[in-house]
Amino acid sequence: MVDFSFCHIDEILMHRKSLRRQLLTAEELKDLRVAVLGGATTTELVNFLDLLLLQGGFRPVFYQSEYGRYYEDAVQDPQALIDFAPDLVYIHTSCRDVRHSPPIDCTEAQFNESVESELERFLEIWNSLDRNLGCQVIQSNFETPPYAILGNMDSVAYGGLSRFLMQVNVAFAQEACKRPKLILQDAHGISARLGTRNWFDWRRYWNYKLLLTPEANLEVARSLYSMVRAMYGKSRKVLVLDLDNTLWGGVIGDDGIEKIQIGRETPVAEAYTAFQEYCLSLRNRGILLAVCSKNTEEIAKSGFEHPSSILKLEDISCFKANWNPKHENLQEIARELNLGVDSFVFVDDNPAERVIVQAQLPQVAVPDVGSDVSRFAEILEQGRFFEPIALSKEDLVRAALYADNSRRAALQRKFANYGEYLDSLEMVAEIDSFKPLYLDRIAQLTNKTNQFNLTTQRYTLAEMEAIAGDEHHIALYGRLTDRFGDNGLISIVVGRIERATLHIDLWLMSCRVLKRDMEFAMLDAIVERSLDAGLERLMGYYFPTAKNGMVADFYAKLGFEPSVADDRALPEGATVWNLHLADYKPKNQHIHVMEHANA
Amino acid sequence: MPDLTADGVLAELQPIFQEALDNPGLTVTRGSSGLNTPGWDSIAHIEIIEMVERHFKVRFDLGEVQDLKTVGDLVDLTRRTAQH
Repeated sequence: MVDFSFCHIDEILMHRKSLRRQLLTAEELKDLRVAVLGGATTTELVNFLDLLLLQGGFRPVFYQSEYGRYYEDAVQDPQALIDFAPDLVYIHTSCRDVRHSPPIDCTEAQFNESVESELERFLEIWNSLDRNLGCQVIQSNFETPPYAILGNMDSVAYGGLSRFLMQVNVAFAQEACKRPKLILQDAHGISARLGTRNWFDWRRYWNYKLLLTPEANLEVARSLYSMVRAMYGKSRKVLVLDLDNTLWGGVIGDDGIEKIQIGRETPVAEAYTAFQEYCLSLRNRGILLAVCSKNTEEIAKSGFEHPSSILKLEDISCFKANWNPKHENLQEIARELNLGVDSFVFVDDNPAERVIVQAQLPQVAVPDVGSDVSRFAEILEQGRFFEPIALSKEDLVRAALYADNSRRAALQRKFANYGEYLDSLEMVAEIDSFKPLYLDRIAQLTNKTNQFNLTTQRYTLAEMEAIAGDEHHIALYGRLTDRFGDNGLISIVVGRIERATLHIDLWLMSCRVLKRDMEFAMLDAIVERSLDAGLERLMGYYFPTAKNGMVADFYAKLGFEPSVADDRALPEGATVWNLHLADYKPKNQHIHVMEHANA
Repeated sequence: MPDLTADGVLAELQPIFQEALDNPGLTVTRGSSGLNTPGWDSIAHIEIIEMVERHFKVRFDLGEVQDLKTVGDLVDLTRRTAQH
């Protein structure tokens, strides 16, 4: 399949309809309803986004406002939007859509008022969308204006449009921090990287009210696509790195540690150092680093002891240096990290290695980074593989969590039996009904968990909010702490009450806490709440996917009996399980569960 | 180097129109326009102009685009622009 993230724009423009027809034949596309409200004509942007989403496994349906009607559609007459029932609203406005730009001779007070008035118009839009739709909203901020009427003063004087737009952008950012359903798209940054001369297309604007060049629309669409991927938990999580001529210059097995190029001594060494710094900054925001290198392990590891090496061995969550084919090592890394290879990005200067990995494991992202280290980071950035939509506390400590996991693994080897090991972990769980504080994390975990996930049903934040407040649902989260640290919120169960039965629509758990008996503690809690609600049985469902084979016999292990669906249509291969609550005995023995506050 | 005779340009426009109007069996003539060609609406028009410019590596002026109505206009404009 064509990889559009690096495809030349002419390829896409010249063959869009054929590509689209071809992509539509894919199976298992996820429906996605996107409303695009634009200050200018949005058809080209939507065409690009359509292709990108199709390629990414979505089947998008679009609603587009008439050009310039974004405010009216959102605030004055939202019925068409309500009827469309979008999963996502995207508002693209530009510096042409500003209504309150201050006069050139304005005072500070007038300037502040203008910013307030401009913001107020958008607050009305966001509030109305919140009230009427409750779905995620992506709003673009403002690019630098095409002309600086005041020259360099344009970004200094209160009457400068550049200064004004900067201030409005700051106000937008402050709002986005406060509103969980508002995500800001940094059009300012996107346009700066492309250059505003390649951004505005005045000829098409006067002819068709199409403001941006095709190049700009493609960049905006790519950015949007990466945000949608992030919303649905499809952002990549692991950066897998080759070593020789990728993390340092030279071949360590031939040249020796003293000859590899890293540090500040030569331009090439400085470039490798800068790339290592880039990798480290990814790690510090929660992206795992792994090594996959054809080398003798000990020699390979010695490279990280180089005094100038920015990356240290403990920054690498999984290290594979041997002479096996790289695609086999990547699968090993996936097993050890408990993650799918579809969360991997692979960086190798050697084109032959890239080709074989891409052919053997098409789910791995293999950007063509070339062989010039000074371009690696820039090319990785263009792929937008690691887009986050929110930085949770968990993201910032994730690498540490995985390090804790390897310490736990070391401990495990010393115990007589597994129960003794579990007890030694001194696990404490908090299991409770959904709380507003955790809803972001609950939605995030729901949309990114693929392996330990019985039904792989996805829910938006808004849907989870609705469930949290609904008396016909029993929806629980579980957090787990142990002597090595806090694993965070790692399990979610959503049950739907129908007469005397609780239908378990969703049961998932982070693989970080596999084999810790957390599922027993969760089941005990579900049963307790179901009995309190006067229910008589649980119905569990397993919907097989390419990734959740590990839980195919989950309900059998928990003591459920095979059953059949009442009368609902289920996906192919689905199994149904039944548990009578009358003589249920609690199963959890090794986790101390805290008393819940809002039972 | 594309063939810049009137017939040559018209021939090279065929696959562009087929793709833009999503109709592999389509053949346009000099007289084809938005009025007599199914699917050739204002949105398709934008795509056609973009594709023609990229294929022939030309850039039309604002006013020239505004006056384009038929395939014949497009052939003539492409030839004029490409020869300069």
